[in-house]
Amino acid sequence: MEKLMEIKHVGYSYHTMQGETPALHNINFTVHKGDFLAVVGPSGCGKSTLLSLLAGLIEPEHGSILLYGQKLFQKSGGTIGYMLQHDHLLEWRTIEKNVLLGLEIQNKLTPAAKERVLDMLKTYGLYKFKDARPSQLSGGMRQRAALIRTLALEPEILLLDEPFSALDYQTRLTVGDDIGSIIKKEQKTAILVTHDLSEAVSLGNQVLVLSKRPATLKNVVDISFPQNTSPLERRNLPEFKDYFNQIWKELNDNE
Amino acid sequence: MSEISLAQQKFLLAQKKHRRTVAASRLCIFVLFLTIWECAARMNLIDSFFFSSPSDVILCAYNMLLDHTLFTHVGVTLFETISSFVLVTILALLTTIILWLNRKISETLEPYLVILNSLPKSALAPLLIVWLGADYNTVIITGISVAVFGSILSLYTSFQSVDPEKIKLIKTLGGKKHHILTKVVLPANIPALFAVMKVNIGLCLVGVIIGEFISSRQGLGYLIIYGSQVFKLDWVIMSIVILCLLAWGLYSLLSHLENRYLKRMS
Repeated sequence: MEKLMEIKHVGYSYHTMQGETPALHNINFTVHKGDFLAVVGPSGCGKSTLLSLLAGLIEPEHGSILLYGQKLFQKSGGTIGYMLQHDHLLEWRTIEKNVLLGLEIQNKLTPAAKERVLDMLKTYGLYKFKDARPSQLSGGMRQRAALIRTLALEPEILLLDEPFSALDYQTRLTVGDDIGSIIKKEQKTAILVTHDLSEAVSLGNQVLVLSKRPATLKNVVDISFPQNTSPLERRNLPEFKDYFNQIWKELNDNE
Repeated sequence: MSEISLAQQKFLLAQKKHRRTVAASRLCIFVLFLTIWECAARMNLIDSFFFSSPSDVILCAYNMLLDHTLFTHVGVTLFETISSFVLVTILALLTTIILWLNRKISETLEPYLVILNSLPKSALAPLLIVWLGADYNTVIITGISVAVFGSILSLYTSFQSVDPEKIKLIKTLGGKKHHILTKVVLPANIPALFAVMKVNIGLCLVGVIIGEFISSRQGLGYLIIYGSQVFKLDWVIMSIVILCLLAWGLYSLLSHLENRYLKRMS
């Protein structure tokens, strides 16, 4: 498979007047096209920092991040899509205006691009809400709109920062299933950060286990399920609990 | 809609009755006040030379309306108030944007803004007159000086309180600082801007009246000061009544605009 992104010896610390807090230490991994990586780790271990680095929002202090073999920082220009923890749909915009926000900012709002995004709204059942305000949508629909907003820029890699954590449990399962299949259908590469192990196992094809802060990459667990099983179906397969237990053990090792 | 249940009907009726009682009570206070005032003046319980009376005030307004002086005074005050209000709004918004764009500038200027805001601005008025001369420009600037510093401070605070995650969203979409400003910070702060404007319209009126007290030959502030000096208290009281109406009218206009904006947003 084609190498999309390489993370080499990446380290990062936060600086305040009170001192320095190391967040990540010597992280190495490679993202291939079509991968769905899930990153798990104890809370506050620097998972979100990792995503900010991958998104090019902050620059690594040590090491480098390469996208197609080129240094990433400051050139992400739409190739990397980032989905935040909350949908952050802007209340003063309609759903249509919200999903077009990225194109508007990047000056790519051509009639063809708009058509494509409106088609996505149709495919994912939001078209009839295109003139509605975000507050009129359910949590799951809002999250779907947020995903379409991210996909509108046609990113090579999607970064998902616990995008389901703000939803209630039932919605969370269906939306996870939903978003997982959208990403598969659009044939995107994705990196998901989560503290929910079952989410990681049911969505990912690789699970990256991080240690406590300063986070190092403890282990990479390859996940394989029979072809074409949805995230919800995966939860019922016998392999699921084996993977779950394996990762659980990894996380709670040497504590 | 299906038919309304009995309990709901009862609730609606009670609400309606409540609203009517409040409206009627308000009107009652107003009418009662005018009646007592008028009767007391007529029965010589109060000296109408000092306290005037509703009929004298109306008569005075009518006469001044006939010789067009009323129109001039009200017009001048209204013009000065609206000018300083518009200028304050523009000035405060622009300054806040500059402060928001540059943390060095905002941190440097913060103590000065705080001091200028707590300073009683009426103390500045005499100085302004000496510097700028006694004309309507000075009055407008007095109006601005009363409202502008507070507006900058409160707008800046609400600019700062925009959800940092929303700013991150714009960055993840590849947006630069001006995108953050135009796509998130400004639209998120329109309600705050309305709140500031509603405070400002009153403050500008205060500033304009202070300005007219000491430097003007026209306007309601002038009429109040002049009237009190020559014991034409009809003028003074009439001016105060008109000021009440002006303040109420301007405030309602802004409230109306705000409601229209809120309605459009939902």
